[in-house]
Amino acid sequence: MTVSGVDVGVHEAAAPTPVVVRRRRRVPTPQRMLFFLIFLGLPLVVYLMFVVSPFLQSFYYSLTDWTGLSPSMEFIGIENYLRIFDDAVFWKSLRNNLVLLITLPTITIILAFALAVMVTIGGSTHGGVRGVRGAGFYRVVSFFPYAIPAVITGILFNFIYHPGGGLLNGFLNLLRAPLNGVRGLFGADPLNDIGTAWLGDQRFALAAVGFAIIWTFVGFYMVLFVAGIKSIPQEVLEAARIDGAGRFRSAVQIAAPMVRDNISTALVYMGIFALDAFTFVSVMTPNGGTDNSTKVVSLHLYQTAFRDGRFGEASAMGVIMAVVTMLVAVLVIGLGRSRKDKR
Amino acid sequence: MLHHIVLTLWALLVILPLLWTVYTSFKTSREILTDPFGLPEHMQWSNYSRAWQEAKIGEYFLNTVIVVGAGLVIVMLLGAMCAYVLARFRFPGNRIIYFGMVAGLTFPIFLAVVPLFFVLKNMGLLDGRMGLVGVIMAYVAFALPFTVFFLHSFFAGLPDEISEAAAIDGAGDFRTFFQVMLPMAKPGLASVAIFNFLGMWNQYLLPLVLNTERSNYVLAQGLVNLQAQQGYQVDWGGMFASVVITVIPVLIIYVIFQRQLQGGVGPSADK
Repeated sequence: MTVSGVDVGVHEAAAPTPVVVRRRRRVPTPQRMLFFLIFLGLPLVVYLMFVVSPFLQSFYYSLTDWTGLSPSMEFIGIENYLRIFDDAVFWKSLRNNLVLLITLPTITIILAFALAVMVTIGGSTHGGVRGVRGAGFYRVVSFFPYAIPAVITGILFNFIYHPGGGLLNGFLNLLRAPLNGVRGLFGADPLNDIGTAWLGDQRFALAAVGFAIIWTFVGFYMVLFVAGIKSIPQEVLEAARIDGAGRFRSAVQIAAPMVRDNISTALVYMGIFALDAFTFVSVMTPNGGTDNSTKVVSLHLYQTAFRDGRFGEASAMGVIMAVVTMLVAVLVIGLGRSRKDKR
Repeated sequence: MLHHIVLTLWALLVILPLLWTVYTSFKTSREILTDPFGLPEHMQWSNYSRAWQEAKIGEYFLNTVIVVGAGLVIVMLLGAMCAYVLARFRFPGNRIIYFGMVAGLTFPIFLAVVPLFFVLKNMGLLDGRMGLVGVIMAYVAFALPFTVFFLHSFFAGLPDEISEAAAIDGAGDFRTFFQVMLPMAKPGLASVAIFNFLGMWNQYLLPLVLNTERSNYVLAQGLVNLQAQQGYQVDWGGMFASVVITVIPVLIIYVIFQRQLQGGVGPSADK
């Protein structure tokens, strides 16, 4: 692997036609060869060794019965894939991933876009088109959740959802003031139905995890959209206003199309994230929730590999998810393209 | 008016949980469980000393700083070098290498993580203290596609005249890169570096699988472990204090550097 990486550098350096410096030399100087060797070769070696090769290996492992511990393995063809096909937990996990895939990007992006519009063009209807007062403050604060490591956010929400001393139950109990006094020490008192273990309850668990994810990402995409909307020429927005477009119409009919590329990037990233979601799910519900209510494929894969010692089967799951991920990415990018062409 | 209400609600939704965490970290475990909203009766500074010493947050913190610091420097250097060559030189195979790199953005990490474990192990990069080197290399490798992708457009957008002038002045490729092009790409480097920092500080799956030596744990692992270990006799005060210790430095760094981000999430937004 090392050799091939370096080879690329040497080979590519053989006939450089620099764009910048228009020297038309057939034979590169030794200095330039060294330059290519280091500048291109080094990063490529790292990339090939630690990213590309493990990926290719996992495709091979997915066709074996490797346990991860034994050095030996048998080639068993597509048996792993057939077994996954019959694995009810896998389907449940995939279903949860698909639920996240549909809900997370939709809610996150709509919220982020609405907030971005408010801080950029939601300001006074008199004078120039501008954002609300304190826009900078909202922008800085909104990004906070993204700056907090996902693991910590997960733990934070574990606190918030905690049946005993959690913020959410505490808040709900404040709302139900009459019941407040009745509340037992650990909130598990049957007299009191507000002490719900949000993450333990099948009905709420996935939504509770999803909310933590949305909380994390809204600010990030808001900052992305703010940058996009700011690059729209002022005249365009002002012309729209003179033509009588309200702020809502300005947002939907002018701002949204102009930041379409940003939106489609956001969809792809959020989509890829929803198909993974490992960190949040595994921190908030380490075993995938009651009756696998929050289990996602990445967690199932992790357990299959490291808990059950079936690396071959886990690799096959990874391959399936990689295909699903690529399909989603291609689909979203393709949809964005075709719409743009029609315009 | 409606805008202000919505924005205020949103800001509260972000800030309140954080504030709650901070003041809860000064309460006793008993106070936390019996009265989630109440203010601490006495400030429990001991929560912090317990978190730092017994829960070893200090140790994990140091490990994280080493891994993220080294990973960040290496990936920015390698990424800038690679992006520069791909953006400014035309040669056969250029596009293939570029797309091969960028395709890495869509590879799900969890697919590669098992074989990666054995790649690093066979190189002896997961043993003892060396384990940190393995983790650093994994961080670097998986941050490369993003770094190259974004820096590529920065370097491509730099004016030709300057590098031409440098060449006329007799500067070689190395000097042109380090003394002319790199300083010009600073705004791009800064925002990519911030995202890489956050990404690496955030990383969980890679250390979880690769970083098995307890003394090498990074913060994310340490905290999850702390939470799982304690089970039902949770030292809530210590837990909250650990979370605060982990969150505050990142928020401070973010507030200091947030200006760099506002315009520059994507390279195109900078112009």
